[in-house]
Amino acid sequence: MQKLIKNINYFIRKIKNNDQDVWDELEEQMILSDVNASCAQKIISDVQSEVYARKINEPEAVKTLLKQKIAALLGNHQRHRLNTSEKKPTVYLLVGVNGVGKTSTLAKLAHMLQKKEKRVLIAAADTYRAAAVEQLQAYAQRLGIDMVRHQRNSDPGAVVFDSIEKSMAKDIDFLLVDTAGRMQTSYNLMEELKKIKRVVLKKTNKVPDETLLVVDSTTGQNAIFQATTFHKALDLTGVVLTKTDGTSKGGIILSLQDELGLPVKMVTYGEKLEHIAYFDPVKYVDMLIN
Amino acid sequence: MFDFLSAKFEDLFYKIKNKGKLSPKDLDQAFREIKLALLEADVNFKVVKDLLEKIKQKAVGDRITESLTPYQQVVKIVNDEITRILGSSTAKVNLAAKPPTVIMMVGLQGTGKTSAVVKLANYLKNEKNKTVSVVAADTYRPAAVDQLKDMSEAIGVQVYWEKTKDPVQISKRGVQKFRKQGSDLVIIDTAGRLHIDKPMMQEIASIKKSVNPHQVFLVLDAMTGQEAVNIAQTFNAQVEFDGIILTKLDSDTRGGAALSVYYVVRKPIKFISTGEKISDFALFHPDRIASRILGMGDLLTLVENAEKTIDEEKAKKFEQRIRKNELNFEDFVEQIKSLKKMGSLQQVFSMLPKAGKNKMLKDINVDDSQLKPVEAIIGSMTKEERRKPHIINGSRKKRIARGSGTSVAAVNKLLKQFSNTKKMLRQFSGMDQEADFPFHKMK
Repeated sequence: MQKLIKNINYFIRKIKNNDQDVWDELEEQMILSDVNASCAQKIISDVQSEVYARKINEPEAVKTLLKQKIAALLGNHQRHRLNTSEKKPTVYLLVGVNGVGKTSTLAKLAHMLQKKEKRVLIAAADTYRAAAVEQLQAYAQRLGIDMVRHQRNSDPGAVVFDSIEKSMAKDIDFLLVDTAGRMQTSYNLMEELKKIKRVVLKKTNKVPDETLLVVDSTTGQNAIFQATTFHKALDLTGVVLTKTDGTSKGGIILSLQDELGLPVKMVTYGEKLEHIAYFDPVKYVDMLIN
Repeated sequence: MFDFLSAKFEDLFYKIKNKGKLSPKDLDQAFREIKLALLEADVNFKVVKDLLEKIKQKAVGDRITESLTPYQQVVKIVNDEITRILGSSTAKVNLAAKPPTVIMMVGLQGTGKTSAVVKLANYLKNEKNKTVSVVAADTYRPAAVDQLKDMSEAIGVQVYWEKTKDPVQISKRGVQKFRKQGSDLVIIDTAGRLHIDKPMMQEIASIKKSVNPHQVFLVLDAMTGQEAVNIAQTFNAQVEFDGIILTKLDSDTRGGAALSVYYVVRKPIKFISTGEKISDFALFHPDRIASRILGMGDLLTLVENAEKTIDEEKAKKFEQRIRKNELNFEDFVEQIKSLKKMGSLQQVFSMLPKAGKNKMLKDINVDDSQLKPVEAIIGSMTKEERRKPHIINGSRKKRIARGSGTSVAAVNKLLKQFSNTKKMLRQFSGMDQEADFPFHKMK
């Protein structure tokens, strides 16, 4: 991230000298941050035409303009809050491909809600991966949160069914559902997720309040395919961007918002349970370009 | 895998192909498209630049614009260059002169190290006939040890684990134990770590120092973006690795990371992991992947799998039956069986050439579960019905639907599909071409 910032500052100095290559290099830097190539081109040509039209040659003004463009694309603060429902329990469903950090995100989310003195229940609906339930159980124990689990390889829909019953009986505020990682190309497993969603609808008379796609910030352009397929199947409400403490810039979120209208709602950034935060587009852009 | 790049190149070459000769402008357009396609495929920007430079030079040198077969030539140049970047020969696992060969696996969190450890163990056990043991040195992720134990026990591989938390000591004691026990190979599973996490990177360096492994493999997620290069470089600087295992290639990832990594760190990709099953693991063939990128499909692998599983006698008979238009449901069942032996339908499909502009193939959803009702329906037919599908009338359909727990509509659908398949097979084998001559060219 530091390197990118340095580079952008360098470019902005060059813009002052009206160097045409600057734009190409700026595009290169965005692409190296995993911003989609077409998306980068679009933003840059946008900024470019405005810079020329308004005869901007102050680096600070160019910088502000670029920030504004990206921030505008990512939307405002308000939209990125997590939905809650009047009727208990509020249900959050976490989905995503293998290895993006769904289970640890769920634990972090549980911890966050617990700190707000909410009653939380966890549904271990990843009945597939070896020891997935044990991993979640370890977190649940650490947090002192109840968890509903079934046998390995049992129907995840049934786990969700039971968890909702238990939530209602125990006056639970938030039910967090962990699902098995799956490649978006697996037709069967995508159908299974639809079923989980149907179970929620049937038992609570509403769809999950949040259906969040967990995306690893290290992921490249495939994130667009992931989001497109999961969104088509499940009507996602947003994205959780994980592992943002690494060197990857997660530039792919620009396309998730731009093409699919999916806002990043939360980010996670470390191994500790506290390492979760609401996503703030303005801060993100500040970090990207400053 | 790599479907996206294939699709892009196909579109591009389709345009060129229809033109015959290339103008310099076409060539520029072609390079632009190649650049975008490679970037969209997550190939590192710097690698893309370099690759394009080489391709351009060659294209000019080969006087492509004057060629009457520019399509073939551009394909060849791009193919050669991609193969060159990926390395041109299939990598092997080097075994130590004196067993056990110790292999250590490293990588970021969530790349699939633990699964790769078990898959590699299974591969070495079955393909190389070796005794393989594994050491659980991931003391960080909750239940990581349980996962390794569960998966290893399922394939009869012994696991060394401890309740202690020091991965260096665990690795040391694990290797010692299996050395005494006479294992041929020992694979160490380590915790996922960020390449910029200094204490964790020091830890992995000390594990390496203490067990002195013969091979270190970096496990890399095929969906990784531009950072793949930095990740590989940093790990290589800290614990010089010998090869890469590329995981999650069963997704629709464009897999450009594979192209970048070899190019930058000069370490070969040794294995690829292509699915949830333990057997979804194979040696990496750079030349095959390159032709796949170009939309020519991984036919070599398909043929190899087919050779392993298909009975030649049966295949001959099947072909004769197509010729004579005698295909019936018994053949159908036979075909489904041998197809299944070759792997999941999805895998088989991904190896086929994309057949140009065939939208039908592109949108097809292949999933093994879709075969189940088909098998049930055929199972509910009488022998006679299977041999002579045309005798299946309304009342027979009702009976079959009841017997298979499906519906008459489903039975109808299958019968329709069957007759279409029959037609298609005849067309593929080229026997129907005369039938619509000269009109088939106008389609």
